[in-house]
Amino acid sequence: MEKRELTCIGCPMGCQITVELENGEVASVTGNTCGIGDKYARNEVTHPERTVTSTAVILGGDKPRVSVKTASNIPKDKIDAVMKEIDAAVMHAPIHIGDVVVKDVCGTGVDVIATRNVEAV
Amino acid sequence: MTNYDIVIVGGGPAGLAAAVSARNAGVEKILILERDKELGGILNQCIHNGFGLHTFKEELTGPEYAYRFIEKVLDAKIEYKLNTMVMDISEDRVVTAMSREDGMYQIKAGAVILAMGCRERPRGALNIPGYRPAGIFSAGTAQRLVNIEGYMPGREVVILGSGDIGLIMARRMTLEGAKVKVVAELMPYSGGLKRNIVQCLDDFGIPLKLSHTVVDIEGKEHLTAVTIAEVDNHGKPIPGTEERYTCDTLLLSCGLIPENELSRNAGVEMSPITSGPVVNESLETNIPGVFACGNVLHVHDLVDYVSEEADRAGKNAAKFIKGELSESSSNEIEIVATEGARYTVPSTIDVDRMDDKLTVRFRVGAVFKDSYVSVYFDDERVMHNKKRIMAPGEMEQVILLKDKLAEKPGLKKITVKIENE
Repeated sequence: MEKRELTCIGCPMGCQITVELENGEVASVTGNTCGIGDKYARNEVTHPERTVTSTAVILGGDKPRVSVKTASNIPKDKIDAVMKEIDAAVMHAPIHIGDVVVKDVCGTGVDVIATRNVEAV
Repeated sequence: MTNYDIVIVGGGPAGLAAAVSARNAGVEKILILERDKELGGILNQCIHNGFGLHTFKEELTGPEYAYRFIEKVLDAKIEYKLNTMVMDISEDRVVTAMSREDGMYQIKAGAVILAMGCRERPRGALNIPGYRPAGIFSAGTAQRLVNIEGYMPGREVVILGSGDIGLIMARRMTLEGAKVKVVAELMPYSGGLKRNIVQCLDDFGIPLKLSHTVVDIEGKEHLTAVTIAEVDNHGKPIPGTEERYTCDTLLLSCGLIPENELSRNAGVEMSPITSGPVVNESLETNIPGVFACGNVLHVHDLVDYVSEEADRAGKNAAKFIKGELSESSSNEIEIVATEGARYTVPSTIDVDRMDDKLTVRFRVGAVFKDSYVSVYFDDERVMHNKKRIMAPGEMEQVILLKDKLAEKPGLKKITVKIENE
């Protein structure tokens, strides 16, 4: 039986939740005080996901960097790999909110997109 | 001297939303004065997501949230001036501004909306002993350097203060390859959101040390090390608990202070608790026709509430210039925050001038569990809402109804407090 300790992010209570796992399956969730905690804990131990936000180099623009994000959540263990691909990207102005910066980043099926406009100068 | 119906000082989230709402209320000549080289304010450097859940029902990044409002300003052809510093606002609403392009000039404003935002508490206000080398930044300065300019302030980082900007920067610096060694927080609780503690610190194994502060800074030219120590109940360092961290960067995330030099010079009455203007139900200061909204009024937790508040300020400024905002009568009701509630915005209500519903926002002074937010009309308790948790980092609110207030002629005082039962 594997035990995982989590802090719920659902509200400022920050319940300390204990999840017991058996063969990768959630056996029990304890310590939460509402349904939000139960749901959070189950997601967090089985397939934790995050949105990654960063900046990418942009050439010929009115700003030196363009801010970017993964268009939706990606698996948490891919954060480092996603950052490397974002760091390797070099964009050219103009670029607008929603434009793709890295297509299908790290094979996640999720694009990295621009979150601000950079005009050409 | 040129004339405008409404002059808005600041082109961040508050100024933008106020401008849009004033235009929607039919005001023609609106001018936004912005110090930076672009609209959007601090949101431009807040590239993380989590903005706009209330307003747009989706999680946007700061620049995206800002652009939703910038677009509205552009579409409505609202005038704005960038790279422009407002130097003075007079009691009769003459705004003196200066820019490289236009020099110094004056504008006569029908109404003024203060939307200057806030500043971070600097090292000088924290009484940290030790040397004053390079490498010490406010968290927001580091955020600007990394996210806008594309520079890394350093590689080995200690953060003092666990406000949200500090937590966000802990993650940001880590993702960009820096080693964030520790976050020290003077208080026994964090001022940051749980979500940020988990996703910015726990995700990366960064320790958060509560009831700790910086007691020494080393390095003559550039920062070389920082010593932190545990503090007792009075905030005094406990001898023997010192821990030394070698580092080249110290980030300070120790609170935000509304930026009110202009307001003070104009003669606006200030609240010693919020460091922002004292306003009535119309978000109007003691100077008729001068309104305030956003972080210059009181520091907000969510930008959604800034937009909402600015929307009200814009509407009321529009009413003022059209002569629809009746003279403030003498029977203003005072709102008093006490017993756990630190302040309220607004501080007074004139029932004749209020909308059908009025949101009164406040913050609590400590963490309260299973407690009640109570509202008293004079000595009668009229509201008693149980809350599982309230924390200083989050804004609370109560909604007052005009109908209910109208039933109580002669009401002098509304009290907001936190009760155990």
